[in-house]
Amino acid sequence: MLRIEDPKFLTTGGTYADDLRDPRLEGAGHVTYVRSVMAHARVTVDPSAAAAEPGVLGVFTADDFRDLAPMPLPLPMLPPAMNRTYLADGVTRYVGEPVAVVVTEDKYAGEDAVELVAVDYDPLPAVVDPHDAAKDEVLLFPDVGNNTVLALEVGDPATVFDGCEIVVRAEIHNQRVAPVPLEVRGSACAWEKPDGTGRLTFWASTQNPHDARNIIAEALQLTPDDVHFIAPDVGGGFGAKFGVSVEDVLLAAVSRRLGRPMRWTESRTENMLSMGHGRAQHQSIGIGGSRDGNVTAYSLDVLQDAGAYPHFGAVLPFMTMMMATGVYDIPSLAVKTKSVVTNTSSVVAYRGAGRPEATAAIERAMDLFAAEIGMDPAEVRRKNLLPPEAFPLTTPAGANYDSGEYAKALDAVLEAAGYQALRAEQKRRRDAGDRKLLGIGVSSYVEITAGPEAGTEFARINVHPDGSVTVYTGTSPHGQGHATSFAMLASDELGIPVERISVVHGDTDLVARGGGTGGSRSLQLGGAAVHQGAIETVEKARETASDLFEAAAGDIVLDKTRGGFHVAGSPDEVRSWAEIAASADAEHGLIVDTDFKATGASFPFGAHLAVVEVDADTGKTELIRMVTVDDAGPVVNPVIVEGQRHGGIAQGAAQALFEEVLYDADGNPQSTNLADYAFPSAAELPDYELLLMETRSPHNPLGVKGIGEAGTIGATPAVQSAVIDAVAHLGVRHIDMPTTSERVWRAMNAGQS
Amino acid sequence: MKISLTVNGQQETADVEARTLLVHLLRDSLGLTATNVGCDTTSCGACTVLVDGESVKSCTMLAASADGRDVTTLEGLTPGGIDADPSTWHPVQRAFREQHGLQCGFCTPGMVMAAASLLKENPAPTAEEVRSGLEGNLCRCTGYHNIVAAVLQASKEKS
Amino acid sequence: MIPAPFDYVRADSVDAALGALAQHGDEAKLLAGGQSLLPLMKLRLAVPSVIVDVSRAADLSYVRDEGEVLAIGALTRHHDVATNQLVRSGAPVLAHAASLVGDPQIRHRGTIGGSVAHADPSADIPTALLALGASYVVAGPGGTRTVAAHEFATGFLETTLEPNEMLVEVKVPKATGGWGYEKFTRRAIDWATVAVAAVRTTGGVSVALANMGPTAIRAAAVERALASGAGAADAAVYADEGTEPPSDVTASAEYRRHLARVLTARALDRCLSGS
Repeated sequence: MLRIEDPKFLTTGGTYADDLRDPRLEGAGHVTYVRSVMAHARVTVDPSAAAAEPGVLGVFTADDFRDLAPMPLPLPMLPPAMNRTYLADGVTRYVGEPVAVVVTEDKYAGEDAVELVAVDYDPLPAVVDPHDAAKDEVLLFPDVGNNTVLALEVGDPATVFDGCEIVVRAEIHNQRVAPVPLEVRGSACAWEKPDGTGRLTFWASTQNPHDARNIIAEALQLTPDDVHFIAPDVGGGFGAKFGVSVEDVLLAAVSRRLGRPMRWTESRTENMLSMGHGRAQHQSIGIGGSRDGNVTAYSLDVLQDAGAYPHFGAVLPFMTMMMATGVYDIPSLAVKTKSVVTNTSSVVAYRGAGRPEATAAIERAMDLFAAEIGMDPAEVRRKNLLPPEAFPLTTPAGANYDSGEYAKALDAVLEAAGYQALRAEQKRRRDAGDRKLLGIGVSSYVEITAGPEAGTEFARINVHPDGSVTVYTGTSPHGQGHATSFAMLASDELGIPVERISVVHGDTDLVARGGGTGGSRSLQLGGAAVHQGAIETVEKARETASDLFEAAAGDIVLDKTRGGFHVAGSPDEVRSWAEIAASADAEHGLIVDTDFKATGASFPFGAHLAVVEVDADTGKTELIRMVTVDDAGPVVNPVIVEGQRHGGIAQGAAQALFEEVLYDADGNPQSTNLADYAFPSAAELPDYELLLMETRSPHNPLGVKGIGEAGTIGATPAVQSAVIDAVAHLGVRHIDMPTTSERVWRAMNAGQS
Repeated sequence: MKISLTVNGQQETADVEARTLLVHLLRDSLGLTATNVGCDTTSCGACTVLVDGESVKSCTMLAASADGRDVTTLEGLTPGGIDADPSTWHPVQRAFREQHGLQCGFCTPGMVMAAASLLKENPAPTAEEVRSGLEGNLCRCTGYHNIVAAVLQASKEKS
Repeated sequence: MIPAPFDYVRADSVDAALGALAQHGDEAKLLAGGQSLLPLMKLRLAVPSVIVDVSRAADLSYVRDEGEVLAIGALTRHHDVATNQLVRSGAPVLAHAASLVGDPQIRHRGTIGGSVAHADPSADIPTALLALGASYVVAGPGGTRTVAAHEFATGFLETTLEPNEMLVEVKVPKATGGWGYEKFTRRAIDWATVAVAAVRTTGGVSVALANMGPTAIRAAAVERALASGAGAADAAVYADEGTEPPSDVTASAEYRRHLARVLTARALDRCLSGS
């Protein structure tokens, strides 16, 4: 069915943070941040000239926020000694770090006023390359004594390849990219009383309002009940809008101090500098096995660039390690990871967060192994896939895979793409000296969603006395269409048409608790909670009905086609949902709160095949086909699931071909806007050919797995591999992402020389 | 400075700073918030509106330069707004819904206006012409597949 | 983002624009379509204190057939240049180059004169006009003067325009005897990494390069080779001779040199095979 959400977006437009016209925000001041222009420096700030400017309500520096609790850590395992301060406190550690807050009467005057804030920089040596950071010569946090945030290890690298006939090794780079939700970060807040006391209402473009509320409350030393957090329409997040940022916390602090509502909307430049980036892993891979194509050993060293202040990025290697062996039956594994801080923007969660990096590494390794033994890369994969009868299973890295049909997925894309015909066409072109080279890339992947621990989510089902339904969910969609999918799930169990079901999310006063939307958790946890809540609602309705019918609850049946209850065997007398709900409570109707708990994380999988054409004279690459299986279990709404896959594929292709956040050796960012950063448009991408497979997960009653990130995880290595494959006959084995025209050209030259 | 222009068929006058951009006028002075700002560099197209019937990035035009002109925003395509029956929508709006050409919705107003302008200039485009015709509009959610399908559907409906 | 404050003068005619420029001198900047200037102003890389808005000088939006040349008003938009029948038949390389500028929205606002006066070395329009041997009519307090395209741009975003002058017309010698235009970009919307325009003119084949130096430049060595009888492939190897291409996040100078040679060969192939 078509999305319930869409009429608004297509007629009046959504209501994003900057669109809010809530009366509580009347007279709001506007916050603009002064941001560091140096990557590493001692800073002193003189706000006096800006503060004296007409229309400037205040200029604040780190000293003005000593009353705040420390910024809550993004994850509990991160070291407090490397935690960020709200504003650079004596030292700035990346270009874009906020060093002062300017508050103005007028929305646009802030941009003028920040130019008047005098910031004195006393430069410190900057460390930008994580390899340099790992040497601990330049320290970001001298008190800590080193730059390491986290180091993990599984297996023994000294013995991992024992008994292998051949071992292939390579150094590869999973480059730093920018999430770039089309809506930048923005927030607004108002205190209940004009003097900045009472409850705080806070709106922000976030993926998880409940956690966001808790962060704001903790930082401001309030209780969570003191804060009413609302996620308005959110214009994309992709992981990078998980929680709230220091800029959001300061908005509330400044609002309290000045006793008036406040608003903040960053610019795209600020977003590129300071929202955080994704990926940023240097990987050393080794793969071992026998010449007949049997892979028996794999090693992976990860050097994770965490950026200046440890965030989700610092722990991405945990997920990378867990998913290291991917879809393959590889008994011998050694993984070593190290996350280090550098004078760059923090690395945060970005679509896939640790799993695309794992897949990219193992898929490159498979290709290199295939090239080494002279076997077709699809064939090598097929030989080493975990078979369906192996599930459930525990991998050498300790992941508990639930279900999978890996060979079926791979075979399906090979057949649909016409793999043999593509190989024949590739050969024909090579033999003919055709200057348009054809490249074919295959990836086979599995990832983990709603994990690593078994997840939980809340739902409330309220059947109103008029027979309509409100579903409350703790997930917080920003484009994923929960209002539609969750209404469908409730309708399926209640027998009430979706037109009479509305879904509420993103408001902490209306929804008791929730984990938000991220890590592809929503349908399998939030959807399952709605499903479970709807079943419990039917049970409760039958109990209510048993009084009305004067029959045992066990004898009451729900007739979903008629949307009412009757006694088994007496279908003529039907009590509608409205009657039952009114009878349960004439004012509120039937209300059921439920918390669904999954029995484990789920492991979506699939296979992607990419076809590219490479201009042999320039290296310019065009992606011409993408054929994919993304199996995330039963599909609730095909249209929405396809959309998630499309977007994921595009982001994967974007990383493989176009995008990279670059810093120079001094830590100056080189791609701070969308003119420099090569975010692709429709003109650079093809249509996608999607195949359907549905393999159930045993961990939730819907059997579903997460689909939000799968496309990205499969597409990235497939597209990269296709580019390399196009020039493989010239002796090229590897090209780092993004496989830009220049890199392809250089690889062709080097391969031929 | 005082300017006056037609926005969505209504005569509007506003007192703006010289540096006020058209998108600021639309959003801040006229309350037409469908038109979004997604970048600083005329790259993303989220702010696309029609000026005298042609697509323009409203973040790269002074409000003062729009004095006396005829501007149409997403809100102007369907005067009935959110309650209007979809059968009264512009064919591009309807096709975006039917083809699931939007997810988070942020790029959508600009994308729809760019598509409407494209179809006015080229009523029966090929898929490739749709793709190049939307080169100035970025979307991070959809991967463009369904947007292209939507514009093609709308073109068939119109022609 | 918003530009730094400035004073605004609307000038709907050349005389009004010249008057405003005379009054404000080098404090003032002319605003035509604004598609290059306004982004720079928003990022505060350009901070003019007076903007003279000429975008509505309708008398400067035209294409006229003047026999041997086309006269194109400086405020003729890229979209109009690209779709104008006179340009398409009389200077097809220019129509094609105009159709590749930015994106449709930018082409609906950006103007030929604005692009020429902005003098970005990676821009399509000045490159095509350089190959065509166009000349620019410049109005100033003392009347008008005409500057050859190859003498107009003097450096990165710098031209011979005086602060009190305005580009009012582009004169394009008709060139219907074959042309080629090759633009290399990462994405469709991007400025050219390198672009090459090749045009068969009355004086031979002329070749111009975008983004191979601080201004659009003629590939003189290629032209000489062609004049002495070399074919496309043999002439194209000289494409980067005497150039100073930049190295940036998009491409290294070395790669640009290579692209210039490949694209020149392609542009010449097309140009020489055309009628």
